[in-house]
Amino acid sequence: MTDLLYSEEEEALRAAVRDLLTDHCDAASVIVRTESDAPHDLSLWKSLADGMGLAGLLVPEAQGGQGATHREVAVVLEELGRAVAPVPYLTSAVVATEALLACDADDLLAELASGRRIGALAVSLSVAPGGSYKAVRHENGSLHGELTGIADAAAADVLLVPGEDGGLYAVDAGAVTVVPQVSLDLTRPLATVAFDGAPARRIGDAEPAVRRALRAGAGLLASEQLGVADWTLTETVRYLKERKQFNRPVGGFQALKHRLAQLWLEVVSLRAAARNAADALATGEDTDVAVAVAQAYAASVAVHAAEEAVQLHGGIGMTWEHPAHLYLKRAKADSIAYGTAGAHREALAELVDLQAP
Amino acid sequence: MSEETTEAITEAASAAAELRRRAQELLAAHPPLETDQLDFLKARFDAGLAWVHYPEGLGGLGAPRALQAVVDAELEAAGAPDNDPRRIGIGLGMAAPTVLRFGTEEQKQRFLRPLWVGEEVWCQLFSEPGAGSDLAALGTRAVREGDDWIVNGQKVWTSSAHLARWAILIARTDPDVPKHAGITYFICDMTDPGVEVRPLRQITGEAEFNEVFLTNVRIPDAHRLGEIGDGWRVAQTTLMNERVSIGGMRIPREGGMIGPISKTWRERPELRTHDLHQRLLKLWVEAEVARLSGERLRQQLVAGQPGHEGSGMKLAFARLNQEISGLEVELRGEKGLLYDDWTMRRPELVDFTGRDAGYRYLRSKGNSIEGGTSEVLLNIVAERVLGLPAEPRTDKDVAWKDLAR
Repeated sequence: MTDLLYSEEEEALRAAVRDLLTDHCDAASVIVRTESDAPHDLSLWKSLADGMGLAGLLVPEAQGGQGATHREVAVVLEELGRAVAPVPYLTSAVVATEALLACDADDLLAELASGRRIGALAVSLSVAPGGSYKAVRHENGSLHGELTGIADAAAADVLLVPGEDGGLYAVDAGAVTVVPQVSLDLTRPLATVAFDGAPARRIGDAEPAVRRALRAGAGLLASEQLGVADWTLTETVRYLKERKQFNRPVGGFQALKHRLAQLWLEVVSLRAAARNAADALATGEDTDVAVAVAQAYAASVAVHAAEEAVQLHGGIGMTWEHPAHLYLKRAKADSIAYGTAGAHREALAELVDLQAP
Repeated sequence: MSEETTEAITEAASAAAELRRRAQELLAAHPPLETDQLDFLKARFDAGLAWVHYPEGLGGLGAPRALQAVVDAELEAAGAPDNDPRRIGIGLGMAAPTVLRFGTEEQKQRFLRPLWVGEEVWCQLFSEPGAGSDLAALGTRAVREGDDWIVNGQKVWTSSAHLARWAILIARTDPDVPKHAGITYFICDMTDPGVEVRPLRQITGEAEFNEVFLTNVRIPDAHRLGEIGDGWRVAQTTLMNERVSIGGMRIPREGGMIGPISKTWRERPELRTHDLHQRLLKLWVEAEVARLSGERLRQQLVAGQPGHEGSGMKLAFARLNQEISGLEVELRGEKGLLYDDWTMRRPELVDFTGRDAGYRYLRSKGNSIEGGTSEVLLNIVAERVLGLPAEPRTDKDVAWKDLAR
């Protein structure tokens, strides 16, 4: 049976990541950074990737990685979600890395695993595993066309690009034009990527690589969503114990207590679903169902938690200064990332034989 | 793997092997096919294999609770009878843990064996017409008379009362102190001439529950559980166990209410609509997530990290049962307008799957009321898990007799 708990090692990993984020990823600086020219925190990325070796968790040791599993990655993502950390971890260390693991590009894999380079899969963030995605034209060793909605492309050193001929191509970021898009989630910004004869190297077939990458991305996104929900619930509860109106802590009013208890129940449930998806990705058993269940459930919880945080903080929750909006924006964007809950429910209809009319 | 972990696993493995050995010994001495069912169960109890986490001499061996599964599997494989736990759920899940924790040696010796083997059925006399969620407001009086207590009052929602030999009962022994302080916990003889049981018909048409009228019922002081006035604390043990047993069962995928509706969906394509499809998928996902949460809770308990998630599970299952069965009635279309049987019956067991969707829909309405209403459970989660302040109260420091009623 699936192990839905956290091991001692996983808890130790969590503590280490949380310490780092507490020291180097406070909400105030994240807010300031969102409006700067450098929305990604590359020095934090260096500490995570270089310092702690977390970029290579999914890569076998023989290929330059740490040889860990999706279970550990999930713990890292919970913590990154709790901090809405603006680092390309999910996009590079999970999605691009999984795509490379399905290809023949050990050099790139080792570079991504070490954190020396950042990769991005050039597929729109909104595409679900198995969904259709846009490709660009490949001609005489170079690519032509434009792709939109590419998460963290602005931070990427190398892009993994689906070609219309069915190949997956590696392209240096220096050879393409990356234009940031004004994004709902300021901490995971999107960009358009224009290819005007960019030299490209075929590293494998796009379809299986993209499918594998998006499935891992979707499954592990649930852990990030859990982190977002966990932080917003915890912070809202803390605030409501402190905030007084009518000469009482606001958190003592039953109408609010019931809403928070309900939310707690949702978060507890999401934890089980997210652990199940991470474990299924690690073992390869029942993976499609576990990922689809987690993604069909996670978005509503993270969004609900973030919306409650904004509402229950009252006026302060509506300000730019308070970090609640970062979580709301991340939660809402995550509800589209790697497929909406509806897309994953449709996948389940096939997987568990509950066919549409 | 750390040395300690390895050691713990070796220990657990050898404990499991020892239990298997004892189970085989029991089977050899009392071959199930040639032994009277009750005799076998008594022998199993005496061998300490009834509930292995109970103490020796009381049906257990003081072993970890998780190892019960090892014994159950071994005996089941040999075709041994079980004690039909669903028939005696209140005894096993509520009375037994309370007797074990608060009973005297004589009480434990007298009550636990017949309870476990199913010779004596138990029921619970807690709720009253005027004391539901506010159970501590109860008004059933117990007055001391020599070595006995004389009990008068009315209890309600008592399943199995008409079958029960014994009841766990809480009654007011001191009306002059605040309500939580004046309650005492008793074991009540249901054959006492002062006990009258009347079926209470419910919205399903049947009467699973009873009203119980207590008129000058005589209870010897030797059947008191715990100290005089300490009944509220004793009752907490009973109620915690009730919630665990309602919310904490291990189930396979599609094992609950979602099973029958999924089956109907697959077998009756002509009933399908897009609206029903979306709602079914959403509930299927929620049922699967609730199942995983239950499994995670179970793993936490086995790993010795109990949480308050039990209250949470009961909340989740109550809502899901209601929504899924409600959808199932709709899915049935014209058939949803019918009901299988309104005949007044007094069933021994609640069987959710043996009847139609309409029955499931109506019966599951009780899931958010029995064993603590969902509203009270949300308060418990808010206060005990999240640490939010309690509502201001006006009833805590006032003598029970002075409370407005």
